[in-house]
Amino acid sequence: MSITTSELLANRRLVLKGAGVAALIGLGVIPFDLPQALAAANDKYPEEAFKQKNEADAIKALYGKTAEPSDKVKMDAPEIAENGAVVPISATTTLADVTSISFLVSENPISLIASYKIPAGTLPSVANRIKMAKTSNVTVIVEAGGKLYSASKEIKVTVGGCGG
Amino acid sequence: MASSIRVRATSNGDTTEVQALIQHPMDSGFVKDAKGEIIPPHFIQVLTFEYDGKPVFVADWGGGVSKDPYVKFAFKGGKKGDDLKVSWVDNKGATDTTTAKIQ
Repeated sequence: MSITTSELLANRRLVLKGAGVAALIGLGVIPFDLPQALAAANDKYPEEAFKQKNEADAIKALYGKTAEPSDKVKMDAPEIAENGAVVPISATTTLADVTSISFLVSENPISLIASYKIPAGTLPSVANRIKMAKTSNVTVIVEAGGKLYSASKEIKVTVGGCGG
Repeated sequence: MASSIRVRATSNGDTTEVQALIQHPMDSGFVKDAKGEIIPPHFIQVLTFEYDGKPVFVADWGGGVSKDPYVKFAFKGGKKGDDLKVSWVDNKGATDTTTAKIQ
């Protein structure tokens, strides 16, 4: 039996897909050899940072530097969260040249919650909802002009967000 | 299937405010089910908002973001009637995309 055209096309698509995956794997390896500036500029998901249990390690994995506290970083969060599964938190800053805003919960099993890239023209202000396992410090990191600034606040949790 | 993404983008002339609500379990991989078995991680990793062919906001998420995640931000520019493209990809490779009109 001869191979039909559609089968041929399907095979061709598979080969193309395979090539794409190979290219992606290749790309994933390259950034280790590139200078830090280039690595920071690429849009890859920060897999390593989202594996770190500890807050300091997560910040290091994400940015490769440490943050200094700043009163120009404002966090709006409740004092007490009744439900740790949904804690509304927003952050805003008056700092200029903001390139990213990240949220971390120090007592969560994985400290890094979310990291938002802020391209030029987007306002440095984000609101989201996060999970908290228990009462913990919540930290907002703002990357502005290549430096890191932070604000922290303790939020009391009455019912954890990681229980059953 | 209806889209998992609900977006509202409103322009006030200078800036466009965007609110998005996405239906997703956002399982962190640390929670056990009723039988005491770990629910494997299943969460959105990257959520992208594009306007005029350029990203205006990119969210990198972990399992610590609440179920059915919500996010709000604003960007300069954006005209009423223009398209805002929203797409996400999760840790299992699933994706969804929608396009909203700025109001």
